[in-house]
Amino acid sequence: MTRFKWLVPALYILFLMLPIYWLLSMSFKTTNEILGGFTLWPQKFTFENYRKIFTDPTWYMGYVNSLTYVVINTALSVAVALPAAYAFSRYRFLGDKHLFFWLLTNRMAPAAVFALPFFQLYSAIGLFDTHIAVALAHCLFNVPLAVWILEGFMSGVPRELDELAFIDGYPFWKFFLKIFIPAIAAGVGVAAFFCFMFSWVELLLAKTLTAVEAKPIAATMTRTASTSGYELGLLAAAGALTMVPGAFVIYFVRNYIAKGFALGRV
Amino acid sequence: MARIHLEQLRHSYLASPAADADWALKKVNMQWEDGGAYALLGPSGCGKTTLLSIVSGLIRPTAGRVLFGDVDITDSPPDQRNIAQVFQFPVVYDTMSVFDNLAFPLRNRGVAETQVAARVHEIAALLDLGPMLTQRAAGLTADGKQKISLGRGLVRADVNVIMLDEPLTVIDPHLKWRLRSKLKELHQRIRMTMVYVTHDQNEAMTFADQVVVMHEGMVVQTGTPVELFERPRHTFVGHFIGSPGMNVLPCDVEGGVARFAGSPVPTANTADGAKRGARTEIGVRPEFVRFADSGIPVRVTQVSDAGRNRIVETRHGDTVIRALLDEHAPVPADIAHVGFDPQFTRLYVDGWLAGEGDAA
Amino acid sequence: MSAKPVNHRAWWLVLPVVLLVAFNAVIPLMTVVNYSVQETFGDNKFFFEGLTWFNQVVHSSRFHDSLLRQLLFTAIILAIEVPLGVAIALAMPRKGVWLSVCLVLMSMPLLIPWNVVGAMWNIFALPEIGLLGWSLNNLGIVYNYTQEPFAAWATLIAMDVWHWTSLVALLAYAGLSAIPDAYYQAAKIDGASAWSVFRYVQLPKMKHVLTIAVLLRFMDSFNIYTEPVVLTGGGPGNSTTLLSIDLVKIALGQFDLGPAAAMSLIYFLIILLLSWVFYRVMTRGEEE
Repeated sequence: MTRFKWLVPALYILFLMLPIYWLLSMSFKTTNEILGGFTLWPQKFTFENYRKIFTDPTWYMGYVNSLTYVVINTALSVAVALPAAYAFSRYRFLGDKHLFFWLLTNRMAPAAVFALPFFQLYSAIGLFDTHIAVALAHCLFNVPLAVWILEGFMSGVPRELDELAFIDGYPFWKFFLKIFIPAIAAGVGVAAFFCFMFSWVELLLAKTLTAVEAKPIAATMTRTASTSGYELGLLAAAGALTMVPGAFVIYFVRNYIAKGFALGRV
Repeated sequence: MARIHLEQLRHSYLASPAADADWALKKVNMQWEDGGAYALLGPSGCGKTTLLSIVSGLIRPTAGRVLFGDVDITDSPPDQRNIAQVFQFPVVYDTMSVFDNLAFPLRNRGVAETQVAARVHEIAALLDLGPMLTQRAAGLTADGKQKISLGRGLVRADVNVIMLDEPLTVIDPHLKWRLRSKLKELHQRIRMTMVYVTHDQNEAMTFADQVVVMHEGMVVQTGTPVELFERPRHTFVGHFIGSPGMNVLPCDVEGGVARFAGSPVPTANTADGAKRGARTEIGVRPEFVRFADSGIPVRVTQVSDAGRNRIVETRHGDTVIRALLDEHAPVPADIAHVGFDPQFTRLYVDGWLAGEGDAA
Repeated sequence: MSAKPVNHRAWWLVLPVVLLVAFNAVIPLMTVVNYSVQETFGDNKFFFEGLTWFNQVVHSSRFHDSLLRQLLFTAIILAIEVPLGVAIALAMPRKGVWLSVCLVLMSMPLLIPWNVVGAMWNIFALPEIGLLGWSLNNLGIVYNYTQEPFAAWATLIAMDVWHWTSLVALLAYAGLSAIPDAYYQAAKIDGASAWSVFRYVQLPKMKHVLTIAVLLRFMDSFNIYTEPVVLTGGGPGNSTTLLSIDLVKIALGQFDLGPAAAMSLIYFLIILLLSWVFYRVMTRGEEE
């Protein structure tokens, strides 16, 4: 029985790869071939779809915009989460438990509830259609997540480390930047990974808060599907390209994935 | 219950071991008598846990055999060997009650419920777990949980040997002695073969009738605590046992007699057949080092208070010689001479007691 | 570890987080509460309406239908994803290069933008020209997810299972990896069967990570929006219109601020309540 155990993950991975394969195969087909009938792989292999995306600003700017706000958000979320996580990890203070819990409830907020209010709020302060708007909006659920993950890693560092540094005369910020953060480097990596992940994949808020200037690739894709009829090949190529940053990130953190999940703080 | 033979056991964790250092167990040839209390004593990495795992069947040895009585069980899985093992940290089934924990090994083997209940109550009484039988196992303290682990081993009537792998590691210090006494008491009552693995010589010496000292994958000496103390067969044994350990002084050998600091040193044994280039040493415990008017010249460097004794550290050149003196005995000031009691001073060749060699 | 010292000045460290999250949470929620109790006929004039909107939403059959669809969806995917994820974690290799391969490939669905997930399955399941759609129809199964509610539901669920099971599997795997070998060795010596090992050693030790996995999947599936919208648009008809989809239709589509706001608050409250219940049920055994 155990001889066939490997079939379980194997079949599952096969299941995961099928739609991805289909997307990739469509991205290399012409729209005519796609609409003309069913073909298992491209009969007329073409790079036309990709060429269009790389040369048309309406398309490639979508990627640039998405990457921009995701990077801003990740940096911002982790930066503010670090001192806060330290506070939760090292001290007790008035309302600390309630504050922590309130932060977590934001993680469970339905984005749909915030769609309209965010639209009005960010328009009111003149940030509509900017990268910073989306980056800030995503902080709603990324910051609690980052605090949660970082607090977990920080609690694993004994407080003696802090005390020793203070005795040695380190001012707080110097200790924090030069000693403490390197000690939790893995935690920072995990937090950054998850912030990147959740910001990169989120669509509703990103679409609601942008129009032209900061339009994410997701919005460009959905517009294409509805307005210009079924340019399926182009759509497939655009979709395939959105998987690239994710694949890169996974490859780089492949050794930490299990470890990061092991803390159980996704 | 049976006598246990360990025949020419060798084990390596690597697929193709090449050098000596690749072998976790280099050569073990031993016999454990039925009902004996044994301790496997040695520092981390000496191979004691490997040996334990081979006996319990969790590892298959690279070479050699394990026999229970006359039966070769080298290829049998753990549940068919009738062994029990207690691990370094308590292993209990959290979701079950104490009763169900103890009953588990019996139920898995299809024993009738009435017998199960009788046996569980018997063992629980032995271990003072009676009042807690209905509690959830997860709620007990560490020593309680270790007793459950032990109980699961005792509850099976067909157990040949109980192996204990550093079982007191996570127990609070003030409870260690209680559990240790319990183990000794248990052994005396049920007379089952027990093998206790530890790196703590106190635990080993108080529990075992026979202590097996291991070093770098080999058994260097087996004997009673007194034998190990008074007549170490290997410098490692002398060094590891006793506090402070034996003094080991590099020396020359001329005509089978040891020479140190230019003069001959009388020893209890001689090294007649010592090969050229072998490492020769004198071993003598601090208890048997005395200050005298003549002898080996030394400089007194440190005096430590050890309760009713005093440890005086002296130096001859680069060699450190320690003496254990009664707290009232006078300690020389700076330059002095020391002598050794010849009956307890021994010559060692390449670490082994001269004249005996590596006869493991 | 010794008890944490009390230090109220720690608030300064927490302040940036509080400001950032409060800005994004409190202000919008205040607007929502505002709208939920007011009526407007345009021209920025508002009239206090009290609990009218809440009443309307709670009694609307449209809301009931969406809520029921949502509950059904969440229940189904939890029932599939949790056991499946655990089963996969149990079968995964423990170490070696195959483990890395497994982890990387299994993580891929988690990093794809949600609209691409929807688009991918949209194309994949198209009856005439998609791999899945074409295969099913050629096997004799009549399948058209754009027109048949049952097919739409099946595709929606398949998509979610495809998308998120890896999360459960990875979390379960992490929990499994944390179990010390000694437990398996002791179970072997005790003569336990594979099922006993699962029931008495593995499952109890995975309780913590499974709680997290179930809570996360519950919350996220209850909030789901993008993937079903791109896959089916909520259709055919409104057969796959889940709560978020309905809310966005009312808020951003119809701009019915009052009802949308009231629905938002009720929605949020339902999630908080159910999450709390789930949490209590799952951690009830952990108080020790």
